[in-house]
Amino acid sequence: MAENRQQSAGTGTITKLNPLAEKLQLRLDEDQLTNCMRCGFCLPACPTFRETGIEAESPRGRIALMKAVADGLMDPDAAFEEQMNHCLGCRACEPACPADVKYGQLIEQARDAIEDHTTSHRWWVKGLRKTMFRGVFPKQERMQLLGRAMSLYQRSGLQRLARGSGLMKLLPSHLAEMEAILPPASGQGVIERIGDRHRAKGERIGTVGLFRGCIMDVMFTDTNVKTVELLTEAGFDVVIPKAQQCCGALHAHSGEPEEARSLARGNIEAFKQAGVDYIATNAGGCGAILVEYDHLLHEDYKWEADAKWFASRVMDISDLLVRYGRIPRFLESAADGDKQVRITYQDSCHLRNVMRSADAPRTLMRQIEGVAYVELPEADRCCGSAGIYNITQPEMAASLLEGKMAQVETTGATHVLTSNPGCLLQMKLGEHRCGGSRQVEHLVDFLHERLVKQL
Amino acid sequence: MLKAEVRDALIAVLGTNGYKDDSQTLVTHSYDGTPMLQALPDAVVYPADTAQVAAVMKVLHEHRIPLVSRGSGTNLCGGTVPVQGGVVMVMHRMNRILEVDLENLTATVQPGLITKQFITHVESLGLFYPPDPSSMAISTIGGNIAECSGGLRGLKYGTTKDYVIGLEAVLASGEIIRTGGKLMKDVAGYDLTKLLVGSEGTLAVITEATLKLIPPPKAKKTMLAMYSDLYDAARTVSKIIENRIIPATLEFLDNPTIRVVDEFAGLGLPLDMAAILLIEQDGEPELVERDIALMASICRNEHADRVTVAEDAAEALKLLTARRSAFTALARLRPTTILEDATVPRSKIADMVLEINRIAAKYEVNICTFGHAGDGNLHPTATTDARNPEEIHRVEEAFAEIFEAAIALGGTITGEHGVGLVKAPYLEWKVGVEGMALMQGIKNTFDPHHLLNPGKLFAKSARRRVVIDRG
Repeated sequence: MAENRQQSAGTGTITKLNPLAEKLQLRLDEDQLTNCMRCGFCLPACPTFRETGIEAESPRGRIALMKAVADGLMDPDAAFEEQMNHCLGCRACEPACPADVKYGQLIEQARDAIEDHTTSHRWWVKGLRKTMFRGVFPKQERMQLLGRAMSLYQRSGLQRLARGSGLMKLLPSHLAEMEAILPPASGQGVIERIGDRHRAKGERIGTVGLFRGCIMDVMFTDTNVKTVELLTEAGFDVVIPKAQQCCGALHAHSGEPEEARSLARGNIEAFKQAGVDYIATNAGGCGAILVEYDHLLHEDYKWEADAKWFASRVMDISDLLVRYGRIPRFLESAADGDKQVRITYQDSCHLRNVMRSADAPRTLMRQIEGVAYVELPEADRCCGSAGIYNITQPEMAASLLEGKMAQVETTGATHVLTSNPGCLLQMKLGEHRCGGSRQVEHLVDFLHERLVKQL
Repeated sequence: MLKAEVRDALIAVLGTNGYKDDSQTLVTHSYDGTPMLQALPDAVVYPADTAQVAAVMKVLHEHRIPLVSRGSGTNLCGGTVPVQGGVVMVMHRMNRILEVDLENLTATVQPGLITKQFITHVESLGLFYPPDPSSMAISTIGGNIAECSGGLRGLKYGTTKDYVIGLEAVLASGEIIRTGGKLMKDVAGYDLTKLLVGSEGTLAVITEATLKLIPPPKAKKTMLAMYSDLYDAARTVSKIIENRIIPATLEFLDNPTIRVVDEFAGLGLPLDMAAILLIEQDGEPELVERDIALMASICRNEHADRVTVAEDAAEALKLLTARRSAFTALARLRPTTILEDATVPRSKIADMVLEINRIAAKYEVNICTFGHAGDGNLHPTATTDARNPEEIHRVEEAFAEIFEAAIALGGTITGEHGVGLVKAPYLEWKVGVEGMALMQGIKNTFDPHHLLNPGKLFAKSARRRVVIDRG
């Protein structure tokens, strides 16, 4: 058997490495590559494999490609780069993996190496990345400035003018569509609106630090305000550390880990100083990187312990309410009228696959009196939003969204709920494209509307 | 690289979407679920129907180019690694359920259909297709037929071969044949259907299958028994069968597996137990109750330390956890996991497990054994590291001796994974020189130029037999 097992390919060995191949060999975790035993159990969990049926579009395929590059069997060409960027990063493959391969880490290592060498970004991807990743996301005051600018644009009539003038046609069509479904932005974040400290209603259970999120706080300030109210109703003191920054998720997933690490250090410091028992998020995409700050900083011995402290305290608001809080009473709202409200729920991939929180949101939704909850078939499948994937990979994202909306249609739901701003916008886009009348809301907003307040 | 002439001919048949030979595609079709095997093909094709399969085969036949047909590539015997290059044919595009015939209780499907999707569909019609290999969420019906896959329900319901009653297949020459049909009886000549089932893609490319369906059982119940003595557990298996009870599931975990599973899943299992039996019965509710009660008393009579019968589905799920986590727990121990499937008559289970443990100790390798006790099909699983050639060598030697031990006990080298590449050197041990000659003759008749999955089943030379020493 020895002679059989150790047969290997005789062709295609590359002798001279290109710089990207060298970088990949350095960055990719060899143990993780070896841990993949190619059983194929990840294939049915992967949205891009399901969509295309192509092995290279699966986690097993992508890992085999990384390993082939690391082993010098293959040159990392433009197709390789494209394939690594085609992954949604939804990480649905991780719960499906018997061998516990850290696929999310591998794909980030691959993208990190690619980012150092790529020449292939389209012009607007390049420009957008640089401005947003380095100049805007990391600085909350600039996010707010952007929010004010957007708000002005939306309210002053400029938006109407721009749409009417055909200016939007200059943008790639999916960007123009995105522009159309953006909610009203705000120049005032949650702290400016309601202050940074809030007392628990009734007996205090503990202190929660709210992670407000950079996009959440500009585009969905109301949701942040309502998150605070739900938490205080459930018995938590809430503090919102002013010094907190962007979570760094978009940076980490897109090959800019150093920027992500620097943001992580800032956030850890801010929440340590606030002395919190829990750190609450209402955005699965942020939460997933926050619970992995320990991995992000595992080579930084000065920060290792604090990063563990931070990561172990991060929890989605649903989990926090269900596991530690006093769940308030939720009752159908007067605004619902006589119509039977049927809700369905699209999982945030990162909330489900990384934070491993699928039950808590459903527990809450089932408790709303007078409202029917219907499970969305394949709610655990990515909707195609995936961070900025819907901007950088519009074709695949559109195809996934189309399938998703067909599933939504089968539920007969009047409301579609999600737990992450990216998914929320994507589902709004889906609703916009299919011309439906369903309301798409963040779970927190929907719950808050139906909250029966204590006196 | 294929010659431009061949490439053009294939693209003419398949269109540009059905043919790929870029490096990314070649690398991602150079492996299957078997550890440490890799070989690049020259091209990968994705046919959409039987006519395309036949036309591709004609081109390859004319140019004498090998073909490896495959589904999802999850097999554990190196069965779909293109060791001689050539063309890999992926059947995923041929994935339709062509018909479910409710009058005859049959289904006709294309080979690229995912097994789990098929099972879900027939269950929604109130019918039952029992073969349930643990890879069924991604494995294909065609792949299951090629390997004659088994699964947990094999003991009571049989394996894939018991449900395939008709096939359409493309021969190496590109001709199309049809065998069997929607027939429960058919003795017209040699049984070509059964010959193709389990032929591992070496005789023909399966393009359509007619499958037998049965009514589903009405009720199901689960129980778990723990033993401090291995022979008590093994005797329980024999006694259950002796008492004319055929349980739906009769699964086994040995002590090394119990330890690993407990560590992984934190189930609080007693670590001094030599074996755990997981037993399920299904059928008419009153029969299920009667069988479970009888089996529980057999377990106790055979000195089980603890017997638990699940009261409801939630409790059943808990009892199933230990067996279900076995593979996952083992896979996480070390980077490389080698799962084999030596099979013995069920009365020899205890002897086989002790042999495996002795052999593992002799070669100083870590082997845990779990599997389908009811049909004697065990899964000795080595956890190792592909990057350590010296250790891998010891693992290979240990498995060679395990195969020999299985045969000595009246067993076989593989119960459900197939021979493929990794067990080809041992096939002669099981079927003998005459058996090999006969099989070679069959191969030559179907595929005189050895184009279909070459290098599988037939090794260049058989391995020298291991002499089992007790020292």
